[in-house]
Amino acid sequence: MKPHEDALIRLFHVYKRYGAYNALFDISLDIFRNEFLFLAGPSGAGKSTLLKLLYLGEALSEGQILIDRVNLARVSRRRTPELRRKLGIIFQDFKLIPTKTVYENVALVLETRGMSRKFIQKKVNSVLRTVGMEDRQKSFPPGLSGGEQQKVAVARAVVGEPKIILADEPTGSLDADSAEAIFNLLINIHARGATVLVATHAKELISNAKGRVIQLKEGKLIA
Amino acid sequence: MKLFFFKRAIQDILNNRFLNTVTLITISLSVLIVSSFALFFNNTNELLDTWKKGIRALVYLNPDADDANRLDLKYNIQNLEGVSEARFISRKEALAQMKVQMGRQASLLEGLESNPLPDAFEVRLKPESQTIAEIERLSKAIEALPHIDKVEYGQQWIGKFTSIINVFKFVGSAMGGLFLVATLFIVANTVRLVLYSRQEEIAIMRLVGATDRFIKTPFYIQGMALGGLGGIIGMAGLYIAFHFISEKFHNSLSAELLDIHFLSLEMIAGFVAGSMLIGWIGCYVSLKQFLKA
Repeated sequence: MKPHEDALIRLFHVYKRYGAYNALFDISLDIFRNEFLFLAGPSGAGKSTLLKLLYLGEALSEGQILIDRVNLARVSRRRTPELRRKLGIIFQDFKLIPTKTVYENVALVLETRGMSRKFIQKKVNSVLRTVGMEDRQKSFPPGLSGGEQQKVAVARAVVGEPKIILADEPTGSLDADSAEAIFNLLINIHARGATVLVATHAKELISNAKGRVIQLKEGKLIA
Repeated sequence: MKLFFFKRAIQDILNNRFLNTVTLITISLSVLIVSSFALFFNNTNELLDTWKKGIRALVYLNPDADDANRLDLKYNIQNLEGVSEARFISRKEALAQMKVQMGRQASLLEGLESNPLPDAFEVRLKPESQTIAEIERLSKAIEALPHIDKVEYGQQWIGKFTSIINVFKFVGSAMGGLFLVATLFIVANTVRLVLYSRQEEIAIMRLVGATDRFIKTPFYIQGMALGGLGGIIGMAGLYIAFHFISEKFHNSLSAELLDIHFLSLEMIAGFVAGSMLIGWIGCYVSLKQFLKA
C-alpha cells in the first residue's frame, strides 16, 4: 500500500443518512493519485451516493472527505465551482443539456473556465474526434442514441483535463461494443495521468480490467 | 469572454421571444407614461418660471399720503432686500394708462367727476427674489409701512396654479412609483420564468464547474438590454406624441404664449439609464432568490 500522503481522495468514517436510512455507513477509504478504482456493488449499495458526496452533489452526514487535501466540509458555496473543475463527472443519466448541441455541451466546460474561443474550438474538436462524435457535433442530445450520449458525456468529462474522473455506471445503458469503446476511453484517460473512479455493477467490466476493486453492500464497505 | 456573455444573452432573448416582447412592451409603456408626466411638469414649471419672472407687486397708497410720504415710502421700499426698483405711478398716470387700455370704451370714463384710482408704486424684484415665498415676504413688509392701502401681486392665480401643479406632481410621482414597481415586478417575473424553464440546464452548468457569476451575467445583460431598449422605445413614443401634439398646439395657440419643449438630452439619457437600472434590479431580485435555492 502506498503511503497516505499519496492519497488524492481520503474518506474518514463517512456516513450519509436520509432520515433514518443509512445510505453510507462508516466508510473509510484512500484513493491514490493515478489509480483506477472500481466501486462495485449491487444497485442501492451506495455507489452513486458516494460519488455525489465527492462532487458535492450532496452533503455528508458525518465524517470527513479530503480531495487533494481540501476538506469538503469546509468548501464554501462560492468555492464549490473551483473544486468541481478538478473533477470530470460522467453521470449515469448523462446530464446533457437538451437545448444545446453536442459541441456546445462539451464546450460549456471550457467556457466556464474563461478559455478563448479558438482554444475551445481546437480542444472540443479534438476530444469529439477521440470519442468518435466529431461528425455529430451539431446534433442535439435528444437525437442521439444512448451510446452516443454517453460518449458526449465522456467527452465533456475529459475536455477540461481534470485530475479526477468520477464515472457513475458509464456503460450501464450501452450495448457491448459501445461499452467497450467507452471503457477504453476511460483507460486512455487514466493512462494520461488521471485518477479514475468508476462506480459499476457490471462484473464482466471489472473482471476484464486492471484496477483496485472496492465492494459496497447496503452502504457498507465490505472489501 | 464578454462577447460570449452577450451572445448568450441575445440567444436567451430570442429563445423566449414572447415573454421578452411582453416585458419590453411593459417597460416601454411605463417609461412613456412616467416620462410624459415629466414632460408636462417640465413645461408647466417653465411656464410658471416665465410668469414669475415678470412678477411685480402693485402697492396702492392711502389717499392721505402726501409728496413727502411718497418720497419716504419710495426710499423705504427700495431699501427692502430683494427689491430692484420701485416706480411711482400717480393716479393721473394710472387713469391715462387705463384709458389707453380701454381704447374705444374710454369714453365711459369721461363722465367721472373725480379720479377714483389711487396713487401706487410698481415694485419690481431682483431675479433671485422672484419666487412666491419671497414676494409674499416682501408684500407683508410693504404692507406694514405707513400710508399703504393694499399690495397686489396676482397671488390668487399664482397660488391656484401652483397648487394644481403640486397635485399633478403628487399624482405623477405616485403613478411613476407604481409603474416603477409594476415594471420591476414584471422584469423579475420574466427572469424567474426563464430561470425555471432552464432549471435543469443551470443545475448541469453548476455541476461542470460554472460559477454563479457565469450563470448570472447573461441574465443581467438581458435585463439591462430589455430595460434600455424599453427606455428607448418609450422615449421614441413620447417624442412622436409630443411632435404630433405640439404641432396642433402651435396651430391653435400663440407660440409665444406657450412655448413647449421636449425633454433635455440629459433627461432622456436619465430615463434610458433608469429603465436599464430597473432591468438590472429585476434580475438581481430573481437571481438572488433562485440561486439561493
